[in-house]
Amino acid sequence: MGLTKQSTGSSVLGFKPHIERQHPGQKIIALAGNPNVGKSTVFNSLTGMRQHTGNWPGKTVSIAQGSFFHKGVHFLLVDIPGTYSLMANSVEEGVARDFICFGDPDAVIVVTDATCLERNLNLVLQVLEVTGNVVVCVNLIDDARRRKIRIDLEELSRLLGVTVAGTSARSGKGLDRLMDEVWTVTHEKPGCCRGSPLKIRYHEAVESAVGLMEPSLEAALNKKLCARWTALRLLEGDENLLESIRNYLGYDLLALEAVSNSFQKARKILIDAGIDQDLFRDIIVSGIVRKAEEISRRVVAMEEPGHYTRDRKIDRVLTSRTWGIPIMIAMLGVILWITITGANYPSALLADALFWVEDQMTALFLSIGAPAWLHGLLVTGMYRTLAWVVSVMLPPMAIFFPLFTLLEDLGYLPRVAFNLDSFFKKACAHGKQALTMCMGFGCNAAGVVGCRIIDSPRERLIATITNSFVPCNGRFPTLIAIITMFFAGIIEGPFRSVISALMLTGVILLGVMMTLLVSRILSRTILKGLPSSFTLELPPYRKPQVGRILVRSLLDRTLFVLGRAVAVAAPAGMVIWAMSNIHIGGLSLLSHCAGFLDPFARLIGMDGCIIMAFILGFPANEIVIPLVIMSYMSTGSMMEFESLVRLRELLAANGWTWLTAVCVMLFSLMHWPCSTTCLTIRKETQSWKWTLISFLVPTAAGILICFITASVARLLGLS
Amino acid sequence: MKQNADLYMKHDQFIPLSFLPTGKKARVRALMSKGISRRRMLDLGLILDTEVEALQKSPFGDPVAYLVRGAVIALRSEEASDILVEAM
Ligand SMILES: Nc1nc2c(ncn2[C@@H]2O[C@H](COP(=O)(O)OP(=O)(O)OP(=O)(O)O)[C@@H](O)[C@H]2O)c(=O)[nH]1
Ligand SMILES: [Mg+2]
Repeated sequence: MGLTKQSTGSSVLGFKPHIERQHPGQKIIALAGNPNVGKSTVFNSLTGMRQHTGNWPGKTVSIAQGSFFHKGVHFLLVDIPGTYSLMANSVEEGVARDFICFGDPDAVIVVTDATCLERNLNLVLQVLEVTGNVVVCVNLIDDARRRKIRIDLEELSRLLGVTVAGTSARSGKGLDRLMDEVWTVTHEKPGCCRGSPLKIRYHEAVESAVGLMEPSLEAALNKKLCARWTALRLLEGDENLLESIRNYLGYDLLALEAVSNSFQKARKILIDAGIDQDLFRDIIVSGIVRKAEEISRRVVAMEEPGHYTRDRKIDRVLTSRTWGIPIMIAMLGVILWITITGANYPSALLADALFWVEDQMTALFLSIGAPAWLHGLLVTGMYRTLAWVVSVMLPPMAIFFPLFTLLEDLGYLPRVAFNLDSFFKKACAHGKQALTMCMGFGCNAAGVVGCRIIDSPRERLIATITNSFVPCNGRFPTLIAIITMFFAGIIEGPFRSVISALMLTGVILLGVMMTLLVSRILSRTILKGLPSSFTLELPPYRKPQVGRILVRSLLDRTLFVLGRAVAVAAPAGMVIWAMSNIHIGGLSLLSHCAGFLDPFARLIGMDGCIIMAFILGFPANEIVIPLVIMSYMSTGSMMEFESLVRLRELLAANGWTWLTAVCVMLFSLMHWPCSTTCLTIRKETQSWKWTLISFLVPTAAGILICFITASVARLLGLS
Repeated sequence: MKQNADLYMKHDQFIPLSFLPTGKKARVRALMSKGISRRRMLDLGLILDTEVEALQKSPFGDPVAYLVRGAVIALRSEEASDILVEAM
């Protein structure tokens, strides 16, 4: 989860499965494997890069590449999404298969999970059917050892006919060996592998059908793709592969006469044997699964069969009927409480420092006799907005994010999806939408990219459209600031942050409820349909690397927010300043705009300046509150930041009541997604129509709910 | 569904996986699902004779987590009821 270029999807879409070599002698290595086995961790350790990792299946949904140098050779390593099979049932499985088949890798590293080797071997066996240039990496050896599982790597290597290396990618153990083996595989002449990679023999009729097709396919494919494997896929009726062949190799395989003739004959053999496509697939899969079972029986030794009892015990509490949901909410509350409490101190400190700098800058501008407008534009406009963003918005963001990452690494997110699934089912949505929703807490753009883990297009769209109903990291500080100023302020002392955390939890739960409600409405109207099939793997709990996560995501987040502050907040501050200082007909531009928006804004419980700030905050939500403050300050009373109490005075002086505060919170929770998210939606859905709908749905919901709230409050005379 | 009913009659000891009480183990005897859902089950290694154990119900009773070939997989009742098992 996170907000780097990679996770917001810009690295993905330019992806062509044929990756260009950066140097002539460079070797391309693909990293394949089941979901959540540590592929990205291996990738990071080898390349020194920072792909996001997390203890749940579906963390990586796109392709990332990075290079490393070993024994004088340049390698280009490609991290691909985790898949259970190469039979391409979903988008990211298609991506994985296409890369292995058409990306022309010099070798494939299949990463496997030592604690669940049998299931992982299924994929290994399937990859071996495509290519023999394989190194099997048995990862998580440390975890297996802890659970008293022993694996005979040599025997495994002998049985599979390819090299096997054991690793603990997180601590970097065994990676040297792995690289040596990769080096060896890529430097052998093709065709002369030591031993030969295991090939599974299937039912007789299947073998003779495949044998019949092989010669014509060999001629047609010209070594671009393994003929035996292609024959198996064609007979299985894999339309998707035919399509990929058309795309990447540029011709229609079944349009070739020799191929289509042999295909018809082979089909006849199968039909005579009473094998239809479903049965065919059953035969293939059973063959693979049985083989995996057999190998696993010979190489895996478990000292105690109850090696997961601790995980089961934890699950019995965390997903129990009585405690599952309350613990989940409590956990959210605690995280928010730590965020709020922890942010106070650095926030005050940063404000002191940054506004001191402002004074110095003002003094400097005065001493060199710079014109007032220049000082206004650069210091009062640009610098001050920047200072607001950094001092008020950054600390909560930088604290919440690592905490969330910690939960993610522990393996808690799939349990959240497990607990919430029945709600999503009632909304006719996909159970994994809970996962994409959780990612939305970090960043809605990342959440939208994450929607790729949902295979059914209908449910994926629902998840995409509703993703912005959970407040992203950039909107938390807005909510926190308003809660602290207007609601928690009534009481003093240690309970203040508890109240804040409770209220914030309530707001988030409202967002989740809106997600479910809107999903339900969508599946009754424009996205009609029934829930598709759903399976979710609950990975074992893993001990997170607390220190490293905290430091890393804290740094990541801080750098990210600072970068955005410079790129977005600074220019927006200048715009606001300019608007409030350019006068037309006696009124500033800002007053004109705010005045224009005002009647509408009043209707939904806010004022023109606030709506202006939301509009200008389109590129980044964290600048909304700073912009509101800037525009109030520019209309008269200057003020220094001392505390949120003083801020509250400023807002109150500009007509804020508790109702305004509530409406701003509601609108912050439900309005258009930020520009990055919109662009990501456009990229992911490839459609402006759905982007527009994703823009309008939360906006309409926000306007409606603010309107109702404001009207009811006014009718009851509460405001 | 008719096929389902036939199977019930023939083998009254077979039950849909969704009926398996938590903590109990069973063996897969027939896979009734079709299309993509069937493929997904196969990919997880759920083929004939596979041993499954019902581990844990979610707070609202559906989905249920099963132990399949060393991995914990959550299935909704729709998918689980298409898998006929024989309790062990
Ligand atoms: N103990 C231990 N944990 C590991 C090891 N390798 C990876 N992990 C953890 O396993 C989890 C999954 O790692 P990832 O690298 O995200 O897995 P992935 O295969 O890229 O997963 P997807 O992208 O979802 O397919 C993370 O929480 C890692 O910290 C290891 O060798 N030992
Ligand atoms: Mg990954």
